[in-house]
Amino acid sequence: MEREIICTSCPMGCHVMVELDGEQIVKITGNTCARGERYARAEVTDPKRTITTTVALVDGGVLPIKSDAPLSKKNIDQYLKQIHEIVAERPVLIGDVLLADIDGNGVNIVATQNAF
Amino acid sequence: MRKIDLVVIGGGPAGMGAAVAAYDAGVKDILVLERDHRLGGILEQCIHNGFGLHRFKEELTGPEYAWRFEKELRAREIPFRLNTMVLDITSDRVITAMNSEEGVFQIQAGAIILAMGCRERPRGALNTAGTRPAGIYTAGTAQRFINIMGYMPGKKVVILGSGDIGLIMARRMTWEGAEVKMVLELMPYSGGLTRNIVQCLQDNDIPLLLSHTIVEVHGKERVTGVTIAQVDEKRQPMMETARFVECDTVLLSVGLLPENELTKKADVPLDRMTSGALVDQRRMTEVPGIFACGNVLHVHDLVDYVSEESEIAGRGAAAFLQAGGAKDDCHITVKPGKGVRYTLPQRICAEEETTVFFRVTDVHQAVKVVVKAGDQVLQAKKRPRVAPGEMETVKLTAKLLAEHKDQTLTIELEEA
Repeated sequence: MEREIICTSCPMGCHVMVELDGEQIVKITGNTCARGERYARAEVTDPKRTITTTVALVDGGVLPIKSDAPLSKKNIDQYLKQIHEIVAERPVLIGDVLLADIDGNGVNIVATQNAF
Repeated sequence: MRKIDLVVIGGGPAGMGAAVAAYDAGVKDILVLERDHRLGGILEQCIHNGFGLHRFKEELTGPEYAWRFEKELRAREIPFRLNTMVLDITSDRVITAMNSEEGVFQIQAGAIILAMGCRERPRGALNTAGTRPAGIYTAGTAQRFINIMGYMPGKKVVILGSGDIGLIMARRMTWEGAEVKMVLELMPYSGGLTRNIVQCLQDNDIPLLLSHTIVEVHGKERVTGVTIAQVDEKRQPMMETARFVECDTVLLSVGLLPENELTKKADVPLDRMTSGALVDQRRMTEVPGIFACGNVLHVHDLVDYVSEESEIAGRGAAAFLQAGGAKDDCHITVKPGKGVRYTLPQRICAEEETTVFFRVTDVHQAVKVVVKAGDQVLQAKKRPRVAPGEMETVKLTAKLLAEHKDQTLTIELEEA
């Protein structure tokens, strides 16, 4: 099987072809630099994304948050569900941890705005 | 009338960056005027990450990026007024503003930096046929509803325009439980960053229909759907391809326009291509002492470039105040040539190294960016890929400028 990955490492947007035998990567072509290969490899094995969304503030309104490192894309729906259960209380400062270790690998959900 | 050395209009990233740079260049009497209830501008609702990669070598969200600059402003104790609307500015730099505490007041400014940002192109500018129901929003309005007010504007969404805000909102609404049916783009290519097409659309299996548009909006009280069609190479809809798509919400992400109402009041001449002021390399407009930077000057794709430009304007305003007026050593006009939509600055009036920002008209692979004086090629650099959505730069050395005083330089694309 072959998968086409558009590399987002830089504005070039190379179309990288990854040849797969089951889960095994056989060949990577179409990239024009080493970053392209790394990106395609990660995209095929375990793509990761930073989550940004909002959580409720206890007295109304919302507070923007992010995961302080990228999380496995395949579990994003589950993480979003957990995050949406958070209700934050003022005062919150940028960087405050609202939910520690969401993935068992030490990634935290942190505030990205101050709410005094 | 109250006198202030430097008044900055707008407390977003451009205004804050300019105020801090002017302060560091020696101007201590500064006032920033902001119409919102907090500093930060549009970044406050851009809660996604990806800001600051160039400037801070890390990925920040919008509010985090804004906070870095607000901290700089506060550390210098630069005064700012919130909830304050500027009503008028004149070419001799009298500012009329108002807020609920001071009422209407006037300031005589030594210099002004315009940093009012930009506005989204609304539905009215598109002439889309059909009814006028509720449920049609610009992407930025929907972003404000969700990220600041905590309201979901709808459940079944069609997005017209593949600008970055539209792409970001496609993911945002999906993550908040809406069904985003498709993103339509009139052009045969997207104006958004590749990264956003991958991470916002492909990740969520949202189709991007290039060369497509909305030909009719349906619904009486609320949108019930849209008729979409493919367009030909002249961007005319081919009605045989028309089909109905059910939805309750339409988001428009069809371009941004610099917000220059105040600029016009001060009789500052504008560039037809950028819709912002004509400026020199210090970002001074044709009206002495009035500077402009950020999205009010031309629409940027990255806030990192806004910050860079705001610092040029801040230092420029400081130099103007310290020199007691403008000083011109040379008069070079910079013009867009073949394949280039606009250049900025449009004028260079000092023999100092200048970075010219420009946008191309179309997507090209393997081109040369050429700087010319008449038919003479002064410099050329190869670019593997250029696109209208990504700002390009070319550096002009002090030596080159000294050799071409009082001439017109053209920036154009050639096949590599």
